[in-house]
Amino acid sequence: MVNTSIGAGTIVAAEPRRRINWGIVLLCLPALAFVVAMFVIPFLFGLNLSLHPGNSLDAVGDLSFANYLQFFNDPGQSDSVWITFQVALPVTVFSILISIPLAYYMRRGIRLERFITTLLILPLTLGNVMVAQSMLLYYGRQGWFNQALQALHIIKDPLPLVHSWWGVEIALFIQNFPFVFLMILGYMSGISPDLERASRMLGASAWRTFWKVIWPLILPGVAIAFCLNFVANFTVFPSAVMVGRPDDQTKVLSVVAFRAAYELQNPSLGTAIAFVMGIIEFVVVSAVLYARSRMTRTSVLGGGKGV
Amino acid sequence: MATTTQTYVKSKVMGRPAFSISKLAGQVIFYGAVGFFVINLLLMVSTVVIDSFAQSWFKTLLPPAFTTHWYPDLADEHNMTQLLGNTFFVAISTTLIALAIAFPAAYVLARHQFRLKGLLYGLFLLPMLIPPLVYGIPLATMLIRVGLGGSLVGIVLVNLIPITPFVIFILTPFIEQVDPSLESASRMLGAGWFRTFRRIVLPLIIPGLLAAGVLALVRTFAAFELTYLVATTGSSQTLAVALYGDASGAGIRAHQLVNAMAVIYMLSTMSLVVVALIFVKPTQFVVSLKNR
Repeated sequence: MVNTSIGAGTIVAAEPRRRINWGIVLLCLPALAFVVAMFVIPFLFGLNLSLHPGNSLDAVGDLSFANYLQFFNDPGQSDSVWITFQVALPVTVFSILISIPLAYYMRRGIRLERFITTLLILPLTLGNVMVAQSMLLYYGRQGWFNQALQALHIIKDPLPLVHSWWGVEIALFIQNFPFVFLMILGYMSGISPDLERASRMLGASAWRTFWKVIWPLILPGVAIAFCLNFVANFTVFPSAVMVGRPDDQTKVLSVVAFRAAYELQNPSLGTAIAFVMGIIEFVVVSAVLYARSRMTRTSVLGGGKGV
Repeated sequence: MATTTQTYVKSKVMGRPAFSISKLAGQVIFYGAVGFFVINLLLMVSTVVIDSFAQSWFKTLLPPAFTTHWYPDLADEHNMTQLLGNTFFVAISTTLIALAIAFPAAYVLARHQFRLKGLLYGLFLLPMLIPPLVYGIPLATMLIRVGLGGSLVGIVLVNLIPITPFVIFILTPFIEQVDPSLESASRMLGAGWFRTFRRIVLPLIIPGLLAAGVLALVRTFAAFELTYLVATTGSSQTLAVALYGDASGAGIRAHQLVNAMAVIYMLSTMSLVVVALIFVKPTQFVVSLKNR
């Protein structure tokens, strides 16, 4: 009997180790199979399709880069790369710049915190179509926003805040700023207040403490927030059509890709443009993450991220 | 999370500094900026609601005359029952399926260390990080090729792609919080894995499942891009897609009519959000990567 109980104990310790492999495989299988079937395979399917120009969905014919060459040789299409940067970069930088001081202020919690964060996530729950739709009247030439500015004598003629570049910037800001803000707030409130207090106690001003202590510690987080925000802004679609000018000022890559695939009935070309979009994003994100790893190597050593 | 609370308490204990100009300025700027953002947002949404009851609205503070006829007009133009039915069907089935396939994977990620775990993580993270439009066009093309274009099954399938990993990453920390020794104890006392799962793990994880489910529901409800690429037939449209179609085909419809649809969309999603807020913290709507 004694032997059995000892035996049972060892089995409990040893058994999981043997069973784990099968358990893991079985438990992961549904999610893994799904991601492979619906994400990896379509990706490869698309890659193959984009390398076989033509309207056929069967990817027949010779392997060629004709779709990509066609895109870059047609100024009417390739100028959308530059246009997309002009749409995506300013609003990303602005969202980050405005989130940092706000998150700094809020880092130790404030009154009405739950109420404020609830209101901030409202646009995330409304969705991008609804945000664009509700902008149309409010920011329109005769909308409340322009009416208010005119009543305050700040402007004489109404500003073109919708159906313009500004419309897309505002839509993207409303849609994505809360995300950036809450992310940076997360990093900021994760910094141990002891570091800040030590710096202040040693005689550094609040300004100096921010730049020497807090900034290096949140920089990795800021880089991630920048990447995620940039990637989202770079693929703006519904608002570029609804509150932008999709034929010139906001003819972003996603609009061009969509038109190629659905309006020109050329999914092969549309997929190629979507991949161009993905590749550009990949390059930008890699560059930012590389810069991040260079810049933060020293600060990580001193990091007391208050775990 | 514990740190945040601790920090908060500490700063209170330390005492507030006496009144100072810079502190007041900080307060004014902070509440001014956040207030400006939030007020604009609320006013934006209000104009939609007001306009949907307006006969016409030009250059005035409020429309001169009100009417309710846009709503019956909307019902004439769209099959609203079908639209609402599609939207809720897609949102609910996507959520349930995502929970079912995400839970085991989240359990493994929370409990086990193994080779290739990093690879698995990366694979699940990718669909969340890559914007839908990048993989959406090849994916929709493939589904159309397979014959699922314009079907609700196809729409549920595409929406599962970003939602499943989203649910995995919400559930993982919840599972990590359940003490593994409870499971060991149950197993040692002779319960099989299924019994342990049903009587020990599941009850403890229900808050996590609720949070993940509600968040997935709200997100799927508002999801546009992927649904739009696959919903090629009128009968498979969801509210968000129909709203986009009505709004971007400008000049055809009165804006009041489009806004009436927007109000219905908003009422539906707001009802979900109200339910959501009972179960989850608002910040969970954003999956923060800092926990990883």
